[in-house]
Amino acid sequence: MTHLEVEVCGLRLKNPTMLASGVFDETGKSMLAVAKAGAGAIVTKSIGMEPRPGHPNPSVVELEHGLLNAMGLPNPGIKLYASEIKEAKKGGVPVIGSVFGGTEEEIAELARLVVEAGADAVELNLSCPHAKGYGAEIGSSPEAVESICKLAKRRTKGPVFAKLTPNTPSIADLARAAERGGADGIVAINTLKGMAIDTDAKMPILGNKIGGLSGPAVKPVGVRCVFEIYEAVRIPVVGVGGIVTGRDAIEYIMAGASAVQIGTAVWSEGPIVFSKVCKEISKFMKDNQYQTVKEIVGVAHPGKR
Amino acid sequence: MLKIKEHTSETPSTKTIRFYEWLDAVPGQFVMVWVPGVDEFPMSVSYSGNSFGITYQIVGDGTRALSEKKPGERIGIRGPYGRGFSLSGKRLLFVAGGLGMAPIAPLIDQAASRGCSIDLVIGARSAKELLFERRVTRAGAKVHISTDDGTKGFKGFASDLADSVVGNRRLSHIFTCGPEKMIVKVMDIATRKRIPMQASLERMMKCGIGVCDSCAIDGRHVCRDGPVFSLKELKSFDDLGRTKLDQAGRKVPI
Repeated sequence: MTHLEVEVCGLRLKNPTMLASGVFDETGKSMLAVAKAGAGAIVTKSIGMEPRPGHPNPSVVELEHGLLNAMGLPNPGIKLYASEIKEAKKGGVPVIGSVFGGTEEEIAELARLVVEAGADAVELNLSCPHAKGYGAEIGSSPEAVESICKLAKRRTKGPVFAKLTPNTPSIADLARAAERGGADGIVAINTLKGMAIDTDAKMPILGNKIGGLSGPAVKPVGVRCVFEIYEAVRIPVVGVGGIVTGRDAIEYIMAGASAVQIGTAVWSEGPIVFSKVCKEISKFMKDNQYQTVKEIVGVAHPGKR
Repeated sequence: MLKIKEHTSETPSTKTIRFYEWLDAVPGQFVMVWVPGVDEFPMSVSYSGNSFGITYQIVGDGTRALSEKKPGERIGIRGPYGRGFSLSGKRLLFVAGGLGMAPIAPLIDQAASRGCSIDLVIGARSAKELLFERRVTRAGAKVHISTDDGTKGFKGFASDLADSVVGNRRLSHIFTCGPEKMIVKVMDIATRKRIPMQASLERMMKCGIGVCDSCAIDGRHVCRDGPVFSLKELKSFDDLGRTKLDQAGRKVPI
């Protein structure tokens, strides 16, 4: 008998798949639809203090093996978004509130506010690659990551995940910093910084010029990052980046992920991707005589098999 | 990027761009139009197939910049996207308000080629703003006109005119596109007279492909699940005719 249930930082998930932040999650009813489609948990859009319209269009470029996006953290602000979180909670699965801010104080306060609004945990977006003054501009420094996590942990009771950027010389250093700061878990990776130029227009396509690359193209980067983080810290890791199939998820889990997130594939496959990936994980477990997901976590590391 | 073949005025406020390329779009599907350095926005395909085209209204900086593009210049096009109309039945009523004629006109072309009986109610601000009137008359549609200012046809709402056009006739399907308040009234007619119906909705879109949730309506996405929805789907939308999302994802009244 195979069991898909996992426990990550005190969150009980019916399966190891979560909706990644930024996709299908500006409204409560869309998140609810994803929960109904089978996701084990939902991560909200990254929410800030004030309403923010985001970058001018074009905000996405469709590529052969993924998506390049520069949405620019659009969100209605925590005050209005609280009702969306409540709606999403009707799905009966944990809702993780993703937050971003321009200062440590702002991020910590948002961590408190999303939990107050009903989120079961917090994901600190320390890694958005295309919003000036936010995300990766703050989250590339281990010192900043440590002190943000410390302050956020002090302000909120909920588990705190730090979502890290791969656009750094050492993501393991960032993970260690998050652990020192008291983070309960790590989420890796956010998108890779990228650009697409239209050769007819002779200019970058995205309104913001620079965007974040996601989808199958980034999976090897994500798997490598999770592998390195798993060796660097003791806290759980949630793997994200290019997961489309159950085998992709297993790859991340073998690298050391306790759970995974899916974003771009919700676009390419539709919300049905969650139940599809779960079915494929189950089949893999049956074929390989695994009873629990936990048994697979980190098996790709020497000495772990 | 595609080269503009023709750029013509349809009415004082609307223009059509035709391209050299072939695009197979189901009526109701849209393309994302990129004016480099300015903006990118969704637009209905008003001519499908050979030398496909889009028809638009100048409403902001992006469409104003688009309106200045000349034949030979290029603009970015991606798509077609979304779910278009699905033609069914033989006795059809079309109700189009303003720019809502852009996706309805190619649908009427399709219906005409299938030998359907076609009644069309067009609503516009004034006689001058009636879009594609000649095109659909030539296609064989029986055209019923309403204008806000009474400069032609019935003075008042297209939906009220549609109600009297339906009367006690047994129609097999209603297809509509236009302001959401009009669509809600047409839904009333369809429900009362038990006529199947499809409507194309318009919402602020960013990605156009079902990622960003900007065009969400009750957990569905206008860009990917729509823009065309059936009467049953439309009835399940609490937000319809009431609220929509702005750029920041705030719910604002329609």
